[in-house]
Amino acid sequence: MATQSSRSAARAMLSPTVILLLIWMIVPLAMTIWFSLQRYNLLYPDRTGFNDFGNYTRFVLSPAFGGAVVNTLILVIGVLVITVVLGILIALLIDQPIWGQGIVRILVISPFFIMPPVAALIWKNMFMNPTNGLFAEAAKVIGLSPYDFLGQAPLTSIILIVAWQWLPFATLILLTALQSLSSEELEAAEMDGANALKRFWYIMLPHLARAITVVVLIQTIFLLGIFGEILVTTNGGPGTSSTTLPYLIYKEALLDFDVGTAAAGGVVAVILANIVAFFLMRAIGKNLDA
Amino acid sequence: MGKITLSQVRKSFGEVDVIPGIDLSIEDGEFVVFVGPSGCGKSTLLRLIAGLEDTTSGKIDIDGRDATLLPPAQRGLAMVFQSYALYPHMTVRKNIAFPLKMAGMSAAEQEAKVQHAAKILNLTNYLDRRPGQLSGGQRQRVAIGRAIVREPAAFLFDEPLSNLDAALRVTMRQEISELHQSLKTTMIYVTHDQVEAMTMADKIVVLNAGRVEQVGSPLDLYHSPRNLFVAGFIGSPKMNLITGPEAARHTCTTLGVRPEHIRVGDGPWQGVVGLSEHLGSDSFIKVEVDGIGTINVRAGGEIDVRHGDRIRLAPDMDKLHRFDAEGLALK
Amino acid sequence: MARHVTTQRRAINTAAAWTVALILFFPILWTVLTSFKPEAQAVASPPIFLGFDWTLQNYVDVNEQREYFRYFVNSIIIALGSTALGLALAVPAAWSMAFVPGRKTKDLLMWMLSTKMMPAVGVLVPIYLLFKTLGLLDTRIGLVIVLTLMNLPIIVWMLYTYFKEIPGEILEAARMDGASLKAEILHVLTPMAVPGIASTVLLNIILAWNEAFWTINLTVTDAAPLTKFISGFSSPQGLFYAKLSAASTMAIAPILIMGWFSQKQLVRGLTFGAVK
Repeated sequence: MATQSSRSAARAMLSPTVILLLIWMIVPLAMTIWFSLQRYNLLYPDRTGFNDFGNYTRFVLSPAFGGAVVNTLILVIGVLVITVVLGILIALLIDQPIWGQGIVRILVISPFFIMPPVAALIWKNMFMNPTNGLFAEAAKVIGLSPYDFLGQAPLTSIILIVAWQWLPFATLILLTALQSLSSEELEAAEMDGANALKRFWYIMLPHLARAITVVVLIQTIFLLGIFGEILVTTNGGPGTSSTTLPYLIYKEALLDFDVGTAAAGGVVAVILANIVAFFLMRAIGKNLDA
Repeated sequence: MGKITLSQVRKSFGEVDVIPGIDLSIEDGEFVVFVGPSGCGKSTLLRLIAGLEDTTSGKIDIDGRDATLLPPAQRGLAMVFQSYALYPHMTVRKNIAFPLKMAGMSAAEQEAKVQHAAKILNLTNYLDRRPGQLSGGQRQRVAIGRAIVREPAAFLFDEPLSNLDAALRVTMRQEISELHQSLKTTMIYVTHDQVEAMTMADKIVVLNAGRVEQVGSPLDLYHSPRNLFVAGFIGSPKMNLITGPEAARHTCTTLGVRPEHIRVGDGPWQGVVGLSEHLGSDSFIKVEVDGIGTINVRAGGEIDVRHGDRIRLAPDMDKLHRFDAEGLALK
Repeated sequence: MARHVTTQRRAINTAAAWTVALILFFPILWTVLTSFKPEAQAVASPPIFLGFDWTLQNYVDVNEQREYFRYFVNSIIIALGSTALGLALAVPAAWSMAFVPGRKTKDLLMWMLSTKMMPAVGVLVPIYLLFKTLGLLDTRIGLVIVLTLMNLPIIVWMLYTYFKEIPGEILEAARMDGASLKAEILHVLTPMAVPGIASTVLLNIILAWNEAFWTINLTVTDAAPLTKFISGFSSPQGLFYAKLSAASTMAIAPILIMGWFSQKQLVRGLTFGAVK
């Protein structure tokens, strides 16, 4: 409902953003696609020319590829599950009347402000390090031998680090949603004989559905690109056990200097990301309309 | 001056014709009420006049000037919205002064006009408050104040009283009427409440499904509704509409009798009293009349009838309304 | 849900909440504490919590190794610059989508978000080459542009969900009152949306401050922000926990303190339409 003039004003005001994002998307993508079809290795500058889909077959058929896709999914889903479940529990806890709620809130939100390289470095060196880390010290105290987190369970350790960074975000959004639930609704359920667990399941959880959707959407956007944490902590290893798709591409481009294959990997990653995006957006678009 | 003429104004949203084509003339200084059930297009019509929507085709003249393509700000009209649409971050003073500020008026002039409007509307003591600190009626007055200071060619009201409680609605209704008396500016007022229409209007435009059903003074519409829709819409309680043999006896398809035009006592109709509501001043009685059906009667307050009583009714033969098969009134 | 509970119940809840909060906060606390330890005590076994010889030497050492202030200034410029530019683009765009929605508005929004799902690594080489060609490598303006584009979809979305809560009638009233589009946005919409805009600004500053892919890969020294500063401490170099902690503390302190003080404003608008 608007006039022609406000519609054209809207178009005019929307277009800079749309055009810039379009350029931001299309130009690098087109260049990547171009590179992906070329022989382009910084170590062998004399080998050039069109390579058809050679780079793609090389990338997709490389033994690391399948594992990298799986690792990426495990990382994203693992972090999502941890942050949503713990986020709900912590939100429920903070929402109770407690002393010092303001300070608790500040403490809980803090990890969100920490830049990823710092988080990765702190966790890697001061907590997960098998000789000097705090976890190793704690193990010694209770008489266990220290566990090499990043060596033995690299992906799980990375998931823990990333989940620590994103837990505050999930908690805050879920808490805000929880606080918007009218107490009358809960009281009515209580009058109807629903116990605490049933009230949570039938009243609170459906009320949180929107917030959970938003948390999943935003976090997925950021988690799909997780890279720095892996670079700092495990370098994708040991072997390829913590190599995700972004890291695999990085390895091709900057460690093997094979720009062509890295570009093919980039295109593959873009395609996979778009598949994820498509399903996610469809599920979420529906939920956000309601 | 505020003469507004619509010629063949049409509005469609996509495939849907919300207003299939309206001709209407509003004289300078007139209080015109657009009334109709929800979804009849009355608000859309108002927004077309305001310039908040484009006309699909047709022409809108304001004071002889073609305003069809003018943006809202240049039409010289002021609007009072249903939700008041006050600026919550501004004080009452700034709210009222906003249109003046937009017009580039000097601060001193703004203040003088704000003071004047505040005096008219009894808002002088509230000028430094924010809308959030005001009651519903006060907010309404601020919205009107914001409209007054512009000295518009016409005021547009979009269901301005529907968010107020019943008592306040009556008061505000009178205030708006008095304002019209003193300003003598054209006012166009949209409502779904036919009581507001009857009490305030110089001229009522009854709308139904985007069409003008009838235009006339309140009493015109009351005394001679042009068709069944207007007959059923204007008047409270609603007119009784009788079909079947009783209508046939009066050589029409539908016979209309207003509840207040039926006397309890000796008469041709006989029936059993159903629900009866005694208000003191009036009594509303539902009577199950033999061979006709349920008839609503508005009788005097003193009448003593009870559920199940058998009574006789006498319709006022001079005030019957007869309608043909198309629903149009027969002379 | 302000329900009355017994003092005992409240005490239990308080203890539980504080325990969780302290666990989550502990890594930060530990880092800050370690930054004040002599290197030898930083790796002491068993660990020393407070009874160490407090020193500022690590900060001095770190600053000698890498000139902190330069990185700090770059971080500030990049965070504020990309936020300002992003806001200038996003406010009009969000106005359009919130108040003149079309059938495709939702799809457009989702498309904008999906541009963020592109793995940055995948387009690093082309962007690097583009930047090299355009002379934007290791420049602040280059980083401002990239971070603006990175965060633009998030800013648009946040503002959009916030603007949608503002009744359109108020903007129409402004239009009737003779406000131009510019006046409508500047004098009516923006002041009404202050909480949402504040929250958006804060989130964007945090995201820009902490962005660690483009800022590290597209800079060398001139435009390098604190993410680059800290990445210089990523490889072990003898005893380095205390220095690492000092560098980390210096990198996170500004944003952490800003975050603490503006926590309420940040959280208020941080709903992304999750709460109806």
